[in-house]
Amino acid sequence: MSIKEYRTASRAHGGLIAVQHTPGVAFGDRVRITDARGGTRDGQVIRAADEEVLILVFEGIEDLDLEDIWVRFLDEPVEIALSPEILGRELNGLGEPRDGRPPVLSNVRRPVGGAAINPAARTYPREFIQTGISTIDGLNSLVRGQKLPIFSGSGLPHNRLAAQIVRQAKLKDEDTSFSIVFAAMGVSYADAKFFRDEFANSGVLRNVVMFVNLADDPPVERLTLPRTALTAAEYLAYDLDRHVLVVMTDMTYYAEALREVATAKGDVPARKGYPGYLYSDLAEIYERCGRIHERHGSITMMPVVSMPSDDITHPIPDLTGYITEGQIVLSRELQNQGIYPPVHISPSLSRLMKDGIGRDDTREDHPHVAAQLYALYARALETRNLASIIGADELSERDRRYLTFADDFDKRFVGQDEAEDRSIDATLNLAWELMSAFPREMLTRLSETELAKYYRTAESQ
Amino acid sequence: MTDQHRTGTVRDINGPIVTIDLPGVRSGEQVRIGEIGLVGEVISLSGRQAVVQTYEGTDGVRPGEPAMGLGWPLSVELGPGLMGGIFDGVQRPLSKIALQSGDYIARGLDVPALDRARQWAFEPNPELEPGQQIGPGMVLGTVPETEVVSHKVLVPPGVAGELEEVAPAGAYDIESTIAHVRDAKGTSHRLSLYHRWPVRRPRPYLQRDDGVSPLITGQRVIDTFFPQLKGGKGAVPGPFGAGKTVVQQQIARWSNADIVIYVGCGERGNELVDVLESFPKLEDPYSGRKLMERTLLVANTSNMPVVAREASIYVGLTMAEYYRDMGYDVVMLADSTSRWAEALREVSGRLGQMPVEEGYPAYLASRLAAIYERAGRVKTHAAGSGSVTLIGAVSPPGGDFSEPVTSHTKDIIETFWALSKELADARHYPSIDWVTSFSGHVHTAAEWWHEVVDRRWEQRRTEALALLARDAELSRIVNLVGPEALSDAQRWQLEGAALVKEGVLQQSALDAVDTFCSPEKQFALLDLCLSIYDKGMALIELGVPVSELAEMPQLAKARRCKSMYNSDQVTEIHAFARAVEQAFEGIRLEYAKEHAE
Repeated sequence: MSIKEYRTASRAHGGLIAVQHTPGVAFGDRVRITDARGGTRDGQVIRAADEEVLILVFEGIEDLDLEDIWVRFLDEPVEIALSPEILGRELNGLGEPRDGRPPVLSNVRRPVGGAAINPAARTYPREFIQTGISTIDGLNSLVRGQKLPIFSGSGLPHNRLAAQIVRQAKLKDEDTSFSIVFAAMGVSYADAKFFRDEFANSGVLRNVVMFVNLADDPPVERLTLPRTALTAAEYLAYDLDRHVLVVMTDMTYYAEALREVATAKGDVPARKGYPGYLYSDLAEIYERCGRIHERHGSITMMPVVSMPSDDITHPIPDLTGYITEGQIVLSRELQNQGIYPPVHISPSLSRLMKDGIGRDDTREDHPHVAAQLYALYARALETRNLASIIGADELSERDRRYLTFADDFDKRFVGQDEAEDRSIDATLNLAWELMSAFPREMLTRLSETELAKYYRTAESQ
Repeated sequence: MTDQHRTGTVRDINGPIVTIDLPGVRSGEQVRIGEIGLVGEVISLSGRQAVVQTYEGTDGVRPGEPAMGLGWPLSVELGPGLMGGIFDGVQRPLSKIALQSGDYIARGLDVPALDRARQWAFEPNPELEPGQQIGPGMVLGTVPETEVVSHKVLVPPGVAGELEEVAPAGAYDIESTIAHVRDAKGTSHRLSLYHRWPVRRPRPYLQRDDGVSPLITGQRVIDTFFPQLKGGKGAVPGPFGAGKTVVQQQIARWSNADIVIYVGCGERGNELVDVLESFPKLEDPYSGRKLMERTLLVANTSNMPVVAREASIYVGLTMAEYYRDMGYDVVMLADSTSRWAEALREVSGRLGQMPVEEGYPAYLASRLAAIYERAGRVKTHAAGSGSVTLIGAVSPPGGDFSEPVTSHTKDIIETFWALSKELADARHYPSIDWVTSFSGHVHTAAEWWHEVVDRRWEQRRTEALALLARDAELSRIVNLVGPEALSDAQRWQLEGAALVKEGVLQQSALDAVDTFCSPEKQFALLDLCLSIYDKGMALIELGVPVSELAEMPQLAKARRCKSMYNSDQVTEIHAFARAVEQAFEGIRLEYAKEHAE
């Protein structure tokens, strides 16, 4: 098809324009729009019919004079140029430079839409990643190829936690670091700067590619940004054999942009105005992570999802939790007690932990230690509630032990310094120290052998 | 069916919904769209135009490209070679697709489900004679599909008449002729090892039968507390993280079914890989063979096209019914029916249909009911019995069980295993909540348990549930006024309930010993925990303080028994139960002596 320009734009609303009488335009094609002053914008065909096509304009439709624009259909999907040179760069949602340097030049161009990984080509992720954070390593272990989001709330230190993980994450007994793909969607200038400075200060900047769309950038571009970032991640992982850690912040702003465009298109809303396909749309993003047979690289994903009003049942964290392989939940209560990182372990979970820990991966007592700590902490929280009603003095001896355990656990196991990189052994030893406050016979989740080896009596401590 | 495919033109592309100009196409007919040949299904007709839902992404398709009607509805191939395979939502074999298109699924591929080249050892049915009258469901012969599945080659539904000939024993590929049948009009039909069947039409059977025996899953909270029958229909609802997938996988692993069909409908890719990688290594506790030999996977993960997700449940069900017709007990697990419903919602939304509840179309309830009604125990045309047990996971948004999919499902099913977030948070797995779950099959299952395991099963089950209910009541009191307000007897009830929870209800899928628990071991553990409770209560009534009993080391051992003894060591559990009894007797005697002095 020869490339033609059309002046037949007829309607514009909510980031979309409609163009009439454009025969033979393909669904999903990339579009370039030129205005009277010579400025250009990018778009994509989201509905193609004989009479009219609908175009999503990534830069938004502010100030567009429909009478005076040229619409050009480029006859190609939305693509990004990829080369090893992308590391160290800061790009926007379309892969264009944001750092004032020249565009990335390469013959390798990939459509950002991606295709679904064939489940039969996947390998089950099972390599333990040590993040140096006890609540993650000990109780909600991350493995290579997993997608483990951080569920947070406004004002909670999810960015600091994500940055600490980026700094410390490594395979046990191995020193290969990750390549980082950082996708910022709708975040503030300050947050983006925080990460930029973090990467620079910890010396990983050469190993990072940043895709940034700030809160005051056009929201429509947020829809392609995670896809662009993941296309880059796939290139780094499968073409360059690197282990990639993708940090995406904040998926809530992404979903809000999706809702904005869906509403403009007139899609039937499902929950809280979000379109019915929000689940499928999020899955298209999250499921691009994983491990593939006979490929050396891998993609591990850590999206940040801020829960509106701290509500974990809000559609965005809720649907995310149904797709991802667990979640790390931050708690305002722990934050208010001055505990960092404020990880609330009860609702936190790692689904892939079971195959990444134990004798061959971390330590043989790890699975049972995690189960026992969870059981003790659940009971301890109940006791804490009870104490707040009837007063700690009314508690039995045994219950008071739980109360002390809850406090110790929060302060010593959950709490750690932002610079503290705890090895998994240190984490497990700390766990035993805390559990040994209970008599042996109460530790029923642990086997006799484990108790014999690691349980410390008051005298031996 | 015509060889001359009708062709038309694409008019409008709106995501997976494509409008085409193709007069004469039928509702439900398969259509190939565009130059790359995406497959879709006609969902509505209006004059010359038809609306098609495509099973693949429509990027790059232009108005004006051709569209071709294929003349048949969405159908699956039924024949040997299905077992052990992994298929997508429209029955394309994913391992073959990987060979053709690499790690990512390309569009427009046309790969048949069954291997055309593979040879199968066919053994004709010795009772058949040429000239004999035969009808649908009759066994023409058998093919050893895997070590555990003897594949019966059946006369397909709709074929009847005089048998002209049956092929002799030998190796055949699935397209070879293995029999000729002359129907009443004198037309001769050629039968091969496979046939096709439209997925949206239930396969016929002679009549429905009542379920008689429980599906043993090796999971105590299911088998002992909320049993499911072979041929039953059940649901596992739960918020994310409550363990739906683990429950489903445990049933797939350990249930005493002949065939397991696992449909991953809009769920995580890695979960299917887990099944794909672990099942070929795990041993079936009943046959001793590898689990994969009796398992078939349908995988339409959450990132795969949404329309094929809608189809995947029907594709799975049709294959389940096919093995049922051979006389097998089939379990089909659908994870998750909520994703199926969302696919329905997405398509209806794109069609601009009026939404009723939370955006779902008005026909959600009737479609759901129609799916679950395909489960059941039936008398097959081959005059034997077969069953399809359907267990659907439900993923209610925000864990709210009053949402449309959960509430409509609850109206249809007979067994409801409600997963609780609170139990999961305390790492009590399986997190099946004993208060909100139910089973409509307890009495039927009781007959089996009483005959095979122990006559006291139903009584013990009721006692345990009563103790758990009492525990919930007492816990409320404790939360208000503290444990000191309770009497010794009440505190012992709390101890007893805790023992039942830890010693019986909790069962770790990761524990090599406890992941499967035979019915005999299930009852032995239940009986052990309840006897400890009963004996202890008798002592407390005599005046023994509860603190003395609560500290007995036997209590800790009773909690660990499940992972200390495997399903073959039930006698050890009985021996331990006797030892506990003696310990209690010792306390009683000592106490009696002290008080006599």
